[in-house]
Amino acid sequence: MDTRPRTLRPSERGLNFEMLLWLFARLSALAMYALILIGLVGALIMGARTEMNFADVMRWAFMPTVTHVQSTNVPELAPWATGFWKVVGSALVVVAMTHGARGLVVIADDYIGPGRGRMIVRVAGVVALIAMCVIGLYVVWTA
Amino acid sequence: MRMTTRNVSLTTALRYKGQGPMLTFLLHRIGGLGMAVFISVHILSSFMGGTVGIYLNGLYESWGFQIVIFFFVMFHVINGLRIAIFDMWPSLLVHEREAIWLEWPVFLALYGFAVLVIVRTGLGS
Repeated sequence: MDTRPRTLRPSERGLNFEMLLWLFARLSALAMYALILIGLVGALIMGARTEMNFADVMRWAFMPTVTHVQSTNVPELAPWATGFWKVVGSALVVVAMTHGARGLVVIADDYIGPGRGRMIVRVAGVVALIAMCVIGLYVVWTA
Repeated sequence: MRMTTRNVSLTTALRYKGQGPMLTFLLHRIGGLGMAVFISVHILSSFMGGTVGIYLNGLYESWGFQIVIFFFVMFHVINGLRIAIFDMWPSLLVHEREAIWLEWPVFLALYGFAVLVIVRTGLGS
């Protein structure tokens, strides 16, 4: 068993693709906090304080699509189905899906050694990501 | 696919006392994995509709399932914020355990309130 530390020397470090993905995981998380906050504030402006409960507001904030308020006491669904919310929802779908696909690859890397296996996981991840983004955007815009 | 060999036996691994940070690592991973599966199936069931799609979405709207998925999402969101903060200011890492202690009451307050609301709505009161 090799127990030597495997830390790279400073000269060997740099902005490689894996590093950019690591950075993307953090930045996409921050972007999602912003989008969730927009959903939260928007819901309160549209009357969520008296017409929805806490869990329904959170569900809307995590994914602002009109189907998520159908079961609440909101009297008028039209303000919740505007183009603005479809754009916010689309952004969340794409950012969250990419964040999640990257996360799945990270988990898989913990169990699969370097080589062909990892390449298969990466290709499968990208294919699944594109497919789920297309389907997700279709669902958001036709909801 | 070549699997990596274990450096320690499974029983040793299970006895590893990682404590607070290890627990958040595990829950973050379980929550992320759970969300990936849930959101993918939810999008597909919304896309397909039909008997299966409506059944799955109905299951997702049930209060039992909401309690589970809210745990996954809210823990991942709050723990992820802590991770992002430590990554932006690595010098704070010496206080990681204290931050995790602080994280639990924040999570429990938000999640506990959400569960209370979900259960009360589920029981129709």
